[in-house]
Amino acid sequence: MADEVILLDFWPSMFGMRTKIALAEKGVEYEYKETDPWVKTPLLIEMNPIHKKIPVLIHKGKPICESLIQLEYIDEVWSDAYPILPSDPYQKAQARFWADFIDKKFYDPSWKVWGTKGEAQVAAKKELLEHFKTLETELGDKPYYGGEIFGFVDIALMGFYSWFKTMEKFGEFSIESEFPKLIQWTKRKKFGAE
Amino acid sequence: MGKDNGKVVVLDFWASPYAMRTKIALREKGVEFKVQEEDLWNKSELLLKSNPVYKKVPVLIHDNTPISESLVQVQYIDETWTDASSFLPSDPQARATARFWADFADKTISFEGGKKIWGNKKGEEQEKGKKEFLDSLKVLEVVLGDKSYFGGETFGYVDITLVPFYSWFYALEKCGDFSVETECPKIVAWGKRCIERKSVAASLPESEKVYQQVLKLRQIFGVE
Repeated sequence: MADEVILLDFWPSMFGMRTKIALAEKGVEYEYKETDPWVKTPLLIEMNPIHKKIPVLIHKGKPICESLIQLEYIDEVWSDAYPILPSDPYQKAQARFWADFIDKKFYDPSWKVWGTKGEAQVAAKKELLEHFKTLETELGDKPYYGGEIFGFVDIALMGFYSWFKTMEKFGEFSIESEFPKLIQWTKRKKFGAE
Repeated sequence: MGKDNGKVVVLDFWASPYAMRTKIALREKGVEFKVQEEDLWNKSELLLKSNPVYKKVPVLIHDNTPISESLVQVQYIDETWTDASSFLPSDPQARATARFWADFADKTISFEGGKKIWGNKKGEEQEKGKKEFLDSLKVLEVVLGDKSYFGGETFGYVDITLVPFYSWFYALEKCGDFSVETECPKIVAWGKRCIERKSVAASLPESEKVYQQVLKLRQIFGVE
């Protein structure tokens, strides 16, 4: 089918979750192909030769790589439903800045807190808590990062929600105790059955 | 030049390739702006206040409102001053492709990447840095192909992202003892083509000046 949308993804990927959320918000039907990122299938290599990573969004046979780029693409193609990014250039810039912060700063310690030991893990935990604080401060008293709309930054961060328990367990801290506003934010948006 | 610009200030450091992106973008759009040169070892109150998250240059301040991160700034400039032609194509697939290559260039041809070359003495670490740098540049050379610019016939987003590092090539070559022109001739030809644009010529420092700065950095970091 000419309009076919396919998503190559791996079920625990916080990046793939972003793309799934965006497609769901826009009401786009797509074929989901479970793709183990450690098994570089011919399709994965063909569609993402540079990084060989998931998620890969394939639309009309052409690949779009990198989750935040996929969100912008989805927003531009299915532009009549649910705006993911605001239309005002300054608000857009702020949204891009914070999504970029999540990828540049938050991501690394978020896995190092469970994926490393000793000094490296201690440093990761310290950094992670700092970034959680920054993100909670940025949310402030808004319902969502997008204001009234669950938008670009909300989607970018929500992909990590399934990993919160893991971070807490290995980091030995409670996100609810330390960052209650963030936990309230995670509960605010109603999704379908998870 | 279209609508009233409002006051535009760039918190800058002359050798920062990231700040060069923002200045190029503003000049491409014909936007008048003031430059405030920062001493990166003694950052101004304004810089620290305007970019509390990273405390880095460049910061774009438009009508007293700061925006940080160079690629976020370039997109903001593109979307705010719309009289001049856009840095990105209009087709969503082509836009996604441009964003992908700008992201790739940003991650692989970087200050940190360059530091692996100038920040190490001759040896294994430096060789590793050189290989990473050249491997990535070669990928970008294939992407460029025989086009005039990464944007095709139009100078665009990917060109703006990468061209500042052209002013750093000489410094890296001297420190790493290699030639970018030998390894990636099309990239060098592209760089020379970009320098012919007023916006780029006005925003990129002389390569020799960058090299002198890198020698200073080598002293500071105790590389010599």
